[in-house]
Amino acid sequence: MVSPMKFNLHDLLAADRFVVTAEVSPPKGSDCGEFMEKARALRGTVDAINVTDNQGANMRISPLAPAALLAGEGIEPILQLTCRDRNRLALQSDLLAAATFGVTNVLALTGDYITFGDHAGAKPVFDLDAVQLLQTIAALNSGRDLAGTTLHGVPAFFPGAAAAPEAEPFELTLVKLRKKAAAGARFFQTQALFSPEKLVRFMEAVRPLGVKVIAGVILLKSAGMARYMNARIPGLTVPQELIAELDDAERPLEAGVAIARRLVAAFRPHCDGIHIMAMGKEALIPEILADLHRSDGSEG
Amino acid sequence: MIVSKQKPFPEILASLENVSRVFLIGCAKCATVCKSGGEEQVWQMQEDLVAAGKEVTGSVVIDEACHMLRVQRDLRAKGEMVTAAEALIVLSCGAGVQSVSAGSNRMTVAALDTLFLGNIRRFGQFEQRCSLCGECRLNETAGICPVTVCPKGLLNGPCGGMSEGKCEVSPDAECAWYQIYVRLRDRGDHPLPHETIPPKDFSKQIRPGSLKLEK
Repeated sequence: MVSPMKFNLHDLLAADRFVVTAEVSPPKGSDCGEFMEKARALRGTVDAINVTDNQGANMRISPLAPAALLAGEGIEPILQLTCRDRNRLALQSDLLAAATFGVTNVLALTGDYITFGDHAGAKPVFDLDAVQLLQTIAALNSGRDLAGTTLHGVPAFFPGAAAAPEAEPFELTLVKLRKKAAAGARFFQTQALFSPEKLVRFMEAVRPLGVKVIAGVILLKSAGMARYMNARIPGLTVPQELIAELDDAERPLEAGVAIARRLVAAFRPHCDGIHIMAMGKEALIPEILADLHRSDGSEG
Repeated sequence: MIVSKQKPFPEILASLENVSRVFLIGCAKCATVCKSGGEEQVWQMQEDLVAAGKEVTGSVVIDEACHMLRVQRDLRAKGEMVTAAEALIVLSCGAGVQSVSAGSNRMTVAALDTLFLGNIRRFGQFEQRCSLCGECRLNETAGICPVTVCPKGLLNGPCGGMSEGKCEVSPDAECAWYQIYVRLRDRGDHPLPHETIPPKDFSKQIRPGSLKLEK
């Protein structure tokens, strides 16, 4: 067994260390073998791994199981939890289950709408929204459930929230970000960004909230993927010059890695961490991060 | 008004297997306005059924099919036309269908799908703006209902899918929270409320709903 990650996300951010997180999708099925291999390979490269929750409204294993497996091996998980598929009872009971398995980082999300996914006829829940979910986490941390009843065994969650720095009008999204901060969000993980200017604007606006910002970088695997994202993924715009760069590249994936690597370097001075979305190509993450001089000793 | 639309005719026919004589019931209120169950549609349905080999014993367009006593009275008045039929085909909302099924021992066939409580934007164009949630929040949201206009019913601002003020679910539609934001801004009114709105109380809409006025 490789040695565990030495510091948890909370401690790293509290110590003003620059953090790196990466997203790994749980399997569609009950075999977490490949998921765990990908996660183990990232030990020493990233500080925490986001475990996505039925992402894009496509049914997969509950992120709770793979997150618990990670915690069991000393790999720091960030459990993504959406309001789309669970009412307030289910959210609270899943959170308590996470705490039992030693999963403490939770990214509180609204969730993509249900018709985007592979069970388009399912009933969308949205009993709570992301702000109310953060309030729920704060309540559980204080030893009470949403009904005000005392808990037997009190969790210690480290809650985070999503942010879309490029979404317009920014003033409108900022109102919600303020509510998320007031509801106890301690870190923001952002939607994929392509512009350092947008990140700087975002940082200026959210700095007063005292919430750490982990900027999202997505690996563009091809020009086709970039165009698809522009057409289909809300709040995200790949600039035309990047699409042209991918179009012109002999090996688009290598060009995508180079772009991601450039973005990491450009964002590095402005934020508290980087969140890599490698879209299944997690093996390329070390290459994307190659310019980050990591001297924080968290290598496994 | 209650917005409804006709089921595909083959589907209606399929529920009439082994039935040869039918009586048709329309509604003079909502189903007439959205052209799913008024005089004209009842007549057309009769034509189509006859062409499909069914015998139509008669028809009636009831003033308000959701009015249970009125439905019973109007059906009684039609006497043998109703009793001779093996099935009653109802071109009204689900409430109207159930006024009929509660007041008759005949097989009742719903010919419409009931969609939503709708506003009439212009003739033939209907929009849902209220979802009958039992806990009106319009006073806090500039008179625009996020419970209904936002597909996720979000109470505390837009989701991450808002882009240029548009909704992630239907990109042609404006985000409910963008609409609220613009209305408050244009009014020169208060900015968007910064207080977090607590979770909705779904016990306010326990089904089936009922209300009995005190004398």
